[in-house]
Amino acid sequence: MTLSRSGPKRWWATVLAVATLAGLAAAAACGEETAEPGDGGPKGEVVVFAASSLTDAFREAAARFEQIHPGSTVRLNLASSAALATQINEGAPADVFASADLAQMEVVAGKGKMDEPRMFATNDLVVVTPRDGTTVRTFEDLAANGGRLILAAKDVPIGRYAREVLANGSAPSTGIAPEFGERVLANLRSEEANARAVLAKVVLGEADAGIVYRTDALAAGDAVRTIEIPTRFNVVASYPIAALSDAGNATLARAWIAFIVSAEGQAILVRHGFGVPR
Amino acid sequence: MRNASWVDRGALATMAVLVGAFALFFVLPFAGLIDRAIDEPRTWELLRTAQVRQALTLSLWTSAVTVVLALLFGTPVAYLLARARFPGHAVVDALIDLPIVLPPTVAGVALLTAFGRRGLLGEPIEAWTGLTFGFTTTAVIMAQLLVAAPFYVRAAKSGFEATDAITERVAYTLGASRLRTFFRITVPQAWPALLAGIVLCWARSMGELGATLIFAGNLEGKTQTMPLAVLSAFEGSSLGLPGAIALSLILLAVALVVLVLFRLVSRRASL
Repeated sequence: MTLSRSGPKRWWATVLAVATLAGLAAAAACGEETAEPGDGGPKGEVVVFAASSLTDAFREAAARFEQIHPGSTVRLNLASSAALATQINEGAPADVFASADLAQMEVVAGKGKMDEPRMFATNDLVVVTPRDGTTVRTFEDLAANGGRLILAAKDVPIGRYAREVLANGSAPSTGIAPEFGERVLANLRSEEANARAVLAKVVLGEADAGIVYRTDALAAGDAVRTIEIPTRFNVVASYPIAALSDAGNATLARAWIAFIVSAEGQAILVRHGFGVPR
Repeated sequence: MRNASWVDRGALATMAVLVGAFALFFVLPFAGLIDRAIDEPRTWELLRTAQVRQALTLSLWTSAVTVVLALLFGTPVAYLLARARFPGHAVVDALIDLPIVLPPTVAGVALLTAFGRRGLLGEPIEAWTGLTFGFTTTAVIMAQLLVAAPFYVRAAKSGFEATDAITERVAYTLGASRLRTFFRITVPQAWPALLAGIVLCWARSMGELGATLIFAGNLEGKTQTMPLAVLSAFEGSSLGLPGAIALSLILLAVALVVLVLFRLVSRRASL
């Protein structure tokens, strides 16, 4: 009992001490690397949230960008555009958002914190089948009974585009047959999270066919067979890119976008199968 | 004396802070979920959609099948591991632990390489019977079983180890058959551990995501269980983030109910 007078004070002192330490540790962990003035170019880290279909092109672009801007680091976060949009709106620390469609860009823009998006690439769709697959040989075969089709989920850009292609194939006078899309979707076995997941399951032979971006099919090389979708049914996806206004490193974010739309950046994209926006 | 007591108080205070911080860390995420769900006017409407109903139904019945299969195949394995010493005992024991240690995504890829259409067993099975596992509800259960059954086997094994082998022998000498002895003597003694194993196994299969996504795919009503529905909603399905939150809320409620039931039953069992 004799010590109880001094007890609570010390208790609080300990609480304060621990809280202060924890706060310091947290501050140290979150501390931003500030760009230091060096040889003039922007430095530091730029966090790029990009649609998973951009994986290979952006990896190559990032390596080149880091060469051009010594002292800069590009961190890529690759996922479906829809997942990225949700993460950004929930406060993920992204400096740049490169989406596979305008819809997901607008999901972020709706919260009003980004530069004006600009279109930097286009992509169209193809059907992929396993290398040794025999079930699906033409676009029309997708409607055949018993083929195992997988698509991306309908709210992921590639999933939505794929369904647009099927809708075009079912159009009253110009399509293949009015019930074409319905019959194709009857073969749907799984709705994957993004284009790369669709591709992986086709490569593994789990599915007889999938619809992905041309760039994905190209990246898979010999592992899949590519079937062209007739141009009159195909969809051209336009990719917008924008710097987020509360970007930690706005200078580097804009430098990244400038690089992507530059001749060199566009050449990298074209090499990976993307089209150039008109 | 005075000095030691001072140190004690310091230690006590530090412990209080650590416990408080840890407790806060565990409570806050759920508070966040509930807070968002209450703020979101569409929560109730979302909970009544067909996608949510299908996912919940699928999760409940597949996890129930998983538990039954784990009981059926896991109980003999656990009993054998607890009672018998045989060549390869250590290997079997370690194998059972493997899925507990490995990330479920590894289990998913492993299942594909075994039972996929190009898999070790999957390819001959398809050649002989035309049957495939991928994208079926069977695949969902297989994924859950691989990831969750070890939790039951582990618990059941230590349950059997703790039972008294002498009472079993007494039962034999009194003329009871091995099967009768097992169900009347061994199982009642090991019951609290078995129950804990069942709950762990069930909870783990309800929560299974990685292996299911990779091996069974994601299709509403067929392979889209609750965790997959949460992920799909988060990734932008029509349910969206409010849907992910609403679905999480259901899983939270189910988990709470099961944990409370488990406490009640295990208290009765140990009395």
